[in-house]
Amino acid sequence: MADAPKAPRSFQEIILRLQNYWAAQGCAVLQPYDMEVGAGTFHPATTLRSLGSKPWAAAYVQPSRRPTDGRYGENPNRLQHYYQYQVIIKPSPPDLQDLYLGSLKAIGIDASLHDIRFVEDDWESPTLGAWGLGWEIWCDGMEVSQFTYFQQVGGHDCRPVSGELTYGLERLAMYVLGVDHVMDMPFNDPAAPIPLTYGDIFMQTEEEYSRHNFDGADTAQLLRHFEDAEAECQRLLDFPPLDPKSGKTIIMAHPAYDQTIKASHLFNLLDARGVISVTERQAYIGRVRALAKKCADAFRLTPAGQDAEVAQ
Amino acid sequence: MSDLLIELFSEEIPARMQARARDDLKSMITHGLVDAGLTYSSAGAFSTPRRLVLSIEGLSTESKPVREERKGPSASAPPAAIEGFLRSTGLTPDQLERRADKKGETLYAVVEKPGRAASVIIAEVLESTIRTFPWPKSMRWGTGTLRWVRPLHSILCLLSDEGGAEVVSLNIDGIQSSNTTAGHRFLSPARFPVTSFDDYAVKLKRAHVVLDSAEREAAIWQGAQNLAFAAGMEVVEDKGLLTEVAGLVEWPVPLMGRIAETFLGLPPEVLQTSMKEHQKFFSVKNPKTGRIEGFITVANTETADHGETILKGNQKVLSARLSDAKFFWENDLRVAKAGMTEWLDGLNSVTFHNKLGSQADRIARIAALAREIAPLVGADPDTAEQAAKLAKADLRSAMVGEFPELQGRMGMYYAREAGLPEAVALAARDHYSPLGPTDTVPSDPVSVAVALADKIDTLTGFWAIDEKPTGSKDPFALRRAALGVIRLVLGNGVKVCLVDLLSKAYDEIVNVSAKTRQLYIDGHPNYGIAYQINKVPFDEDGDEPRYSGQPLLIGEYLGRPAGKSVSFPAETTYGRLAGRGGEADLLAFFHDRLKVFLKDQGIRHDVIDACLAMPGNDDLTLLVKRAEALAAFLKTEDGPNMLAGFKRANTILSQAEAKDGVEYSYGADAKFAETDEERALFAALDTAEAQITPAMRSEDFAAAMAAMAQLRAPIDAFFTAVQVNSDNPIIRRNRLNLLHRIRAICSGVADLTKIDG
Repeated sequence: MADAPKAPRSFQEIILRLQNYWAAQGCAVLQPYDMEVGAGTFHPATTLRSLGSKPWAAAYVQPSRRPTDGRYGENPNRLQHYYQYQVIIKPSPPDLQDLYLGSLKAIGIDASLHDIRFVEDDWESPTLGAWGLGWEIWCDGMEVSQFTYFQQVGGHDCRPVSGELTYGLERLAMYVLGVDHVMDMPFNDPAAPIPLTYGDIFMQTEEEYSRHNFDGADTAQLLRHFEDAEAECQRLLDFPPLDPKSGKTIIMAHPAYDQTIKASHLFNLLDARGVISVTERQAYIGRVRALAKKCADAFRLTPAGQDAEVAQ
Repeated sequence: MSDLLIELFSEEIPARMQARARDDLKSMITHGLVDAGLTYSSAGAFSTPRRLVLSIEGLSTESKPVREERKGPSASAPPAAIEGFLRSTGLTPDQLERRADKKGETLYAVVEKPGRAASVIIAEVLESTIRTFPWPKSMRWGTGTLRWVRPLHSILCLLSDEGGAEVVSLNIDGIQSSNTTAGHRFLSPARFPVTSFDDYAVKLKRAHVVLDSAEREAAIWQGAQNLAFAAGMEVVEDKGLLTEVAGLVEWPVPLMGRIAETFLGLPPEVLQTSMKEHQKFFSVKNPKTGRIEGFITVANTETADHGETILKGNQKVLSARLSDAKFFWENDLRVAKAGMTEWLDGLNSVTFHNKLGSQADRIARIAALAREIAPLVGADPDTAEQAAKLAKADLRSAMVGEFPELQGRMGMYYAREAGLPEAVALAARDHYSPLGPTDTVPSDPVSVAVALADKIDTLTGFWAIDEKPTGSKDPFALRRAALGVIRLVLGNGVKVCLVDLLSKAYDEIVNVSAKTRQLYIDGHPNYGIAYQINKVPFDEDGDEPRYSGQPLLIGEYLGRPAGKSVSFPAETTYGRLAGRGGEADLLAFFHDRLKVFLKDQGIRHDVIDACLAMPGNDDLTLLVKRAEALAAFLKTEDGPNMLAGFKRANTILSQAEAKDGVEYSYGADAKFAETDEERALFAALDTAEAQITPAMRSEDFAAAMAAMAQLRAPIDAFFTAVQVNSDNPIIRRNRLNLLHRIRAICSGVADLTKIDG
C-alpha cells in the first residue's frame, strides 16, 4: 500500500480499497449474504462464526435494509437500503485498533489532518441475544464506524472474543468524497464514459421501497410469514442430528438461522407498517431472540462451531 | 523511602468511568500496601483516555516483621481440640510453645512473619487490584480471560529512589510489567522508558499527553474562553461537559466555529442540547444578541492546517444535526399552532403506568385537580385547567422525542407560538419543578397550581396502587414529588389542608377512570353492572382493569361482550388499593419528608414533633410557622427555662390528675392565692393570655411565644416559693387549676411536652 494514497473519487473505489486493505491483512473477503438483513452482523459469517474457538477472519460488504428508515430518497443521509462494510476477526488481534486506523488511511483519511476518536458505545442486539463493548469512531465529530469486542452472541459467551468493525459505507464515503446528499455521490469514477451517481442507481428504488415499506406490504401476509419462519426454524432444529441418507451427523444450523434472519426482517417490515404496538414490540423481539439462541445452540454442536479441543 | 509509579495503559477508557477509576485505583493499591505492612506519605491518581496512573511517594522499602501470638487449648486438652488448633494455625505439634500457668500448661502458637520487600508486596497488590478492579462494565478480549474496561496493553510499575529505579516485575496474563509507556496515539506514538513520576510526567507532555485531567480541563476552559473572547463572544459554562471532554482527549485543542445563520432562530436550549448531546460541543453566546451563535469543539490533536479540516468536518456534522432539529421544530410549530390536538390525542396511547392509565387520563386528572387548587394559590381556575391540559402536550412533539431533557421547555415555546396566555406557557415549563432540594420553586400562580396537581396526582396514584417507596428504592421518585409539594407550599405560603387535596386527587383517580368506563357501559348493560359492583375501569381494549376503586365482590367481571364471563386476572386482584384511608398514610409520608427538609434548615426533630402533634397539621405552612416560632423561642435565654417551668408544672399536674382521677380544669381563683409569687403568677398569666389569644388568632406564633417567654420569671418564682401539694385541699386544688392554666396557655403553638431537655 502506498504511503499517501490519492484520495478516492467514487463510492465503489472506497469499497474496493477496503476490500484490498482487509485482504492484505489476511481476511477472507466474502460476498454479501444472499438474504435481507438489517445489518452486516446478521451475516452468518459474523453471528455464527463468532461462536466456538476456531480462528476466523472475514471481511465483506453487506447490503442492509432498515424499512423504517425509508425517506423516499429525499433525506440526505437516510436510506432504507444501504451498505455496511463488516470485518470480523477471531480472536481479536492485539493491534486491531491500529489495523482499523490503517483502513481509514487506505481510504484517504489521514490521521495527521483529522481528529479521530474512540468514543464509548456499547453494542447490544436484542434480537440476536448479543452484546459487546467498544466504541463508535468519530472522525472530526462524525461517527464513521462501530468497533466492538463481542462478549456474547446468541446467549453464548464468546471464547475467544471476536473483534468486529462495521463501517457505514455511504456516510463514510460521503465524508471522504465531500458530498452533502447521498444521491449526488459518484458511484463509479466521475470521469468514466458513463458516470453514475448513487441516485442514478438507487433513487427510484428508495421511492419504491419506501412506498412498499410504509404502505404497500401486505401485513396479514407478513404476519403469516413471520409465524411460518418461526415454525420452520424450530422444525429444522428438531431433526435428529444423524442424517440417515448420508450416515453423517448434519445439524441444520445454517438453514435454521436463515429462518431467523427471515423472521427478523419480517418483523422490521411489520414495524415499518406500524402494526406493532409498543408492548407487542418487545414480545416480537423476544421471539426472534429465542430463535437466534436456538440456532447458536445448534451451531455450537457443529464442526465449525465447536471448541477446538472438543472437535478433536 | 522510595516512590512508586504505576501506569495501566489500555485502549480508550469511557470518559464517564475515569474519575471513579482513579479513586478506586488509589484506594485499592494504598489499602493493599498498608494492609501488607507498608507505609507511604502521599498518593495521587491520574487518568487519560488511555491510561490509569498512580504515583505514591515516601513508600517504605519493606514491611516490618510481624510476630503473631495465639493462645491455644491447655496442653492436656483432648487431642481433637489440639488438632483443631494446629489446623487453624498451620503448625506442627513441635512448633507450639508450652507455657506454664495456674491451670498447668497452655499451648501457644507463635508465628513470626519476616519483613518483605516492597516490590514483592507491590506486585501482589497490583495483580489483585487489576484482577478485581470494580469497573462498571468490563470485558475480555482475544483469547484471554483477564477482564478490564477495554483491552489492557501494558503495565508500567516502577519503584525509584535516589539510587535509581527498578521495575517491579509482574506478569498478568502475558502482560509483562516494564518501565515504558507510549505517547499520544497519533502525535507521538513511540514507546519510551521513564525513571520516575516526574520524568514520566515531563516526557508524557513532550509526547503530547497532558496527564492530569484537572490540567486538561483548565486548558480547555482557558483555550475556549480565549477563542470566544477574541471573537467578542462568551462560552456557556458547563462543568459536566468540561469533565467529559477532558476524559476524551490527551492533548486538547479547542477550536471555535459559527452556527449557520439558518439555525439561529432555533430556541437556544435546542441548539445547546443538540450540540452537547451529539457532538460534545460547548455553546458560545453572542452577548450583543443574547443568542447562541457559535460552538467550541475540542480536538485531540494538532494538525498542519491548525484544525481547519477538523473544524470543517465538525461544522458539517453540526449542520446535519441542526437540520434535523430545525425540521422537528418546524413540524412541531405546525402542530402547536393547530392547537396541539394531534399531540393530546397521541397521549391517549402513551401509557403512564399500566395501573394508572394513559398520559391523557393522567392529564385529565391533573387538570381537574389544578382547577380545585387554583383559588388556593391565587390562580384563575380556567387558566389553571387549560395550562394543565396543555402542559404535557410537548411529550408527543418530535423535539422532545429526540431530546427528552427538553420536556416542558419546548412546551413553553410551543404554547407561546400558539398564542396561548403566558401563564400557560410558563406552567408548561415549570410544572415539573422543583426537581430537587435546590431547584427553583415556581411562583407564578398558574404554574404553582399545575405543579402541585401534577405531584399530588403522582403521589396519590402510586399510593393507590401500593407502589410506595421502600428503603432505598423509590423508582417513581415519590420522595422527590413530596418534597416538591412541600417546597411549593412553603415557598409560596400556600394555605391548604393537604388531606382535602389528597382526597380530591383520589376522587379524580376514581372519576376519570369512571369516565373511561363510560365508553364500555354504553351499549353494554353488563359493563354497567360490573362498574356498579367494582368500579373497575378498563383500558382501551376493555379487557384489563387498571385498578379497582373498591374491594372486588365478584370473582369474575363482565368486561367482555355481554353474556361472556371471564375470570379476573390474578395480577389485578388489588381491589383494596384505591380505597379510602390512603390519605392518612400519605400525610405521614409528607410529614417524614418535611422533617428531613426542616432538619436541613436546622430545625430539630423534637421541635417538629411538637408541632405535628397540633391540630391542622396537614396545613404545612401553618405547621412550619409553628416550628419556626418554637425553634426561635428555644434559642432565646428564656426559652429553655420557661420550658423547664412548663414541664415541671405539667408533671406535677399530670401526676395529680392521674392520682386523683380528675382533670383540674375548673379555673383557678386568685382569691385563694396565699403568697405574692402566686398572685404574681395569676397576674402574669392574665397578661400573657391577653397577648397570646389575639396572636394565636392571627397565627402570629412568634408573638405568642414571646408572651409565653415572659412567664418564665413568674413561674420560676412560683415554684421556688410555693408548695403545690398543700395540706389544705382547697388551696391544693386551686394551685393545680393554676398549673392547668399554665399548661393551657403554653400549649397553643406546640405540644411542649415533646421537646427534649
